[in-house]
Parts: sequence; structure tokens; C-alpha cells
Amino acid sequence: MSTEAKAAPQAGAWEPNIVAFCCNWCSYAGADLAGVSRFQYPPNVRVIRVMCSGRIEPQFILRALELGADGVLICGCHIGDCHYIAGNEQAEKRMKMTAELLDILGIGHDRMRLEWISASEGEKFASTMTQFTEQIKKLGPNPLAQGGEGDGG
Amino acid sequence: MADEIKKLIEETGAFDCVECGKCTSVCPSAAFNKDFAPRLIVVKALEGIKNDPVTAKNMWVCLTCEICNGMCPYKVNYSGFIQGLRMQSFKEGSLPICSQGGLIHTMQRLMANEKLKQNRLGWLTDDLKVTKNKGDVVLFTGCAYQLGTVFADRVSYEREVPRSAVKILNAAGITPAVLENEVCCGHDLLWLGDEDSFFKLMDKNVAALKASGAKKVIFTCPECYRTINMDYQDFSGDMPFEMQHISEFVAEAVKEGKLKFNKMEKKVTYHDSCRLGRHMKVYDAPREALKAIEGIQLIEMERARDKATCCGVNAWANCDEIGKRMQIDRLMEAKKTGADALLTFCPKCEIHFNCATHNKVPVEKSLVDIPVEDFTNLMAKALKGG
Repeated sequence: MSTEAKAAPQAGAWEPNIVAFCCNWCSYAGADLAGVSRFQYPPNVRVIRVMCSGRIEPQFILRALELGADGVLICGCHIGDCHYIAGNEQAEKRMKMTAELLDILGIGHDRMRLEWISASEGEKFASTMTQFTEQIKKLGPNPLAQGGEGDGG
Repeated sequence: MADEIKKLIEETGAFDCVECGKCTSVCPSAAFNKDFAPRLIVVKALEGIKNDPVTAKNMWVCLTCEICNGMCPYKVNYSGFIQGLRMQSFKEGSLPICSQGGLIHTMQRLMANEKLKQNRLGWLTDDLKVTKNKGDVVLFTGCAYQLGTVFADRVSYEREVPRSAVKILNAAGITPAVLENEVCCGHDLLWLGDEDSFFKLMDKNVAALKASGAKKVIFTCPECYRTINMDYQDFSGDMPFEMQHISEFVAEAVKEGKLKFNKMEKKVTYHDSCRLGRHMKVYDAPREALKAIEGIQLIEMERARDKATCCGVNAWANCDEIGKRMQIDRLMEAKKTGADALLTFCPKCEIHFNCATHNKVPVEKSLVDIPVEDFTNLMAKALKGG
């Protein structure tokens, strides 16, 4: 309880909104493990489950940022472990392009991160969320967020 | 809604339609899609049929290539009519399924955002002579670099287009200005019916272009050329500068002896993209530019100039099996000429044609395997000392 009370945002202080796309087979299970193991991580992350990291289109990331997300995480199975054989390899290719696109558009690739998290890596899930939240806090609010419209998911 | 449609009918001359059906007979989309007819859309609106489900679908099937406008004996502005319908539809929240999940439109809307500072000139290298933001001649680079990044597995060569354009201008003794705060011209959003975002982009570009003090603006992308020349001037008054497509610039510079090319042995065929051809009526300049390169042999396709067919997709709103068939059809026509490459200026045409052959094709692969090349890149490659 005491740690939660400390982490609770002060009224009016800015807290980042982070969208995390997690694949059904590894990363979502990893999030589950983090939960049942009671690993602590910041409450800024909203998890969206997709069947495979290969399902995540560049558009999802841009659209999330357009709607006011401060950061977007993409989590999938480790290379070689994909439930659909090579979905994560496709994701890697797409996300490389998306990172480049974010730089060109002036949003910066730092607002996006691709991580491989397996079902047994609850701790890695929690630490990734903590690190990424810290990174986004340093970057500050998404310049595209319009007057809190996209706040609160 | 009804009033707006009435106004649209008057503005586009749709009232003059005599139902002759010439528009449908030349429509590249109707040739493959028997449910689609430009005439039907206009006739239904004239008869006052509201909320027609066929029209609701077909307004997005239209490719706005304007081959019908040119054929109509009563000069009905079909593409203008479709654009008006789309704006209405957009306001009501009815949208088609866009390719890439709407990525390109999102990119363009992001550029319209005030707070975003783009890295617009990431393609600049030290060997190029340019000035930033201010100059007599401005090169409006367009989104070829961005599109080449998004579609890197098919058309990565589009990333070279702005560089190629600068090289051509430099070779003709011109140091062009490039704009750091240039944004997308908004063509796709306009044809998707998203007026608000289009106007935001337009205001940004008009401000940047006017602040540059340009006397002349040069374009490589046919869509930018059309949008700024026609739509911007329609909506925000005459621009205080001359506008020229790079092909017109090259044709003129060659005539004046300012630009010289090396010999290049190649057989090519040229695809008149709808925006540069039928919309802007630039047919001769690209052909003159090719003539200036010794050794280049241009073999025309059967349907060339104002009869050229379409690449099958408009504003990313209608990529489907009909478009694919049109692309395959056009590529077969290009291949039949025996040329080594299919040249075009439009980055979208290049993407769509490359997409058609990217996966399985419904015909023998040997019938369509003609490389699609960018015209501006080719000219830059042929430059003396380039």
C-alpha cells in the first residue's frame, strides 16, 4: 500500500499515457505473470492484447500518438518463438520503418519501443514498463496531445 | 444535405448531363467493375435519390482520373462532383477502408498539427547546393522521401527523388531554396473529403511559400503540382509566383542550352499520370525531356497522353481487386512495348504498380515484369557530370 500511495500522482502533475501492444502468446502472458507474481510497475501503461506482434501496423502507433498517447510499446515473442513462426520478424521489420518515420515526422523514435518478452519473463515485463515510463517522463508530454483530449484512454 | 447536393449539381455542371454514357465507356474502373458507372452517380443525384447505398459505395470507387471529364460532350465535372460527395460523406463520418490502415492520411494529419516540428530536409546531403527557406526558385519537394521510407521494400528509390531534383536544378545553374516547414500538400486528404485538415495544410504551405519570396516554384510530384496550382488557387486566391513541373523546367532549360545530358542507351515507355496529364495538361514536356537524352528511345503505349489509363488507386481509398486488375492491365501494356523500363513522375503510380507485381500475379510473370522507374531519378542519372 505504502509504495502505491507514493507512486500515486499529485493532483495536476503530468503523468504519461502509455499504450502497450502485447502479443497473446508471450508478452500478454508475461504481463499476467508480472501480475500474479505481484511485481510492481507504474500504472501509466494500458495494455492492448493482439494475437501477434506481426498484427501491429505502423498506423496503430501513429494513430495512438495522434490521439494523444505519450509513448507506445510493442511487445512480442522472442525471435524464433513466434506462435505463428515469423510474425515477430515481420513486426521487427515494420517497427524499424516506423521508428524511421517517427524521426522524419519530428515525433522522434524514442516514443516507441519494441521489446521481446516471453511468458516466463514477468520480471522483464515489469522492468520494461518501469524503464519505458521513466524514458517517456524524461521526454515530456506528447506535443501532439491536444488539450488533454486523448487523456485518460 | 439535399441543398448541398443541389448546389453541387449546379457547380459541376452535372445538370447538363444528357445520359449519353460516354463517361462510362471510357472509365478505366467501369471496364473491370460492372457495378460502377460515373453516369449512374450523376443521374441518381439528378433524380433526387438520397442516401443511395450504391452511390455511397461508388463515390469511393471513382479514381478521379478525369478521363470522363475529357470525354463528356457537355463538360460535366465528374471528378469535382465526386469530390463534393466525398466531402459530404466525410462530414457524416462515412469513410472507405483505406490502404495501410490509413497510415498515409494519419501522417498527413500529423503534419497539419501546429506543434509538430518535422525533420523535412533529412534527405539533404553536402553535395547539393541549396538555400534554406528563402530564394527566388523554390523546390517543393513533396512527400516522395516519406513515401519511399514507408514503402521501402518496393520503392526505396523514391527517397532519391528530392536529391535528384536538386541535382538537375544545380546542373542548370540554379540554387533552389527548400523549405524546412513545408508540409504535405494535402492532396489525399482533399480527395478523402477531409476539408478541415486540408485547409490547415494549405495555410501552412501558403504561408511558407509566400514567406520564401519565391518567384518560381518547381514541383516533382504531379499531385502537389495539381493541388497547389488548382486547388490552393481556388480556395485561397492567386499565388504570387510562377509554377512549373520539373519536366517543363527541363524541357525549357534544354531548349535554352542550359542543361546537357550524357548518352544513355535505354528503351523506355512513359505512363502519363492522371494529375500531370489530364489534370494539368502536361503531355509534351516529359517527352521533350526524354528527347534531350541521347540514346533514349521512347516507345509509346497504345493508350498514351489523355487516353492513358489509371494506376488503380486514388487517395489510398480504393485499393482492391479492381485496382489490381487495372494495374496488371497497364503493366502488360507497358511490357508489350518491349521497353526496358516504365517511367512515370507520380510516386503513387510507382507504389501501386510495384505493389501489383509484389506478390502473385494472375497472369504469366513474364508478361508484367517491367521495372517501374522514377522519371526525375532517370534524368538526374543522365546528367553530365552527375
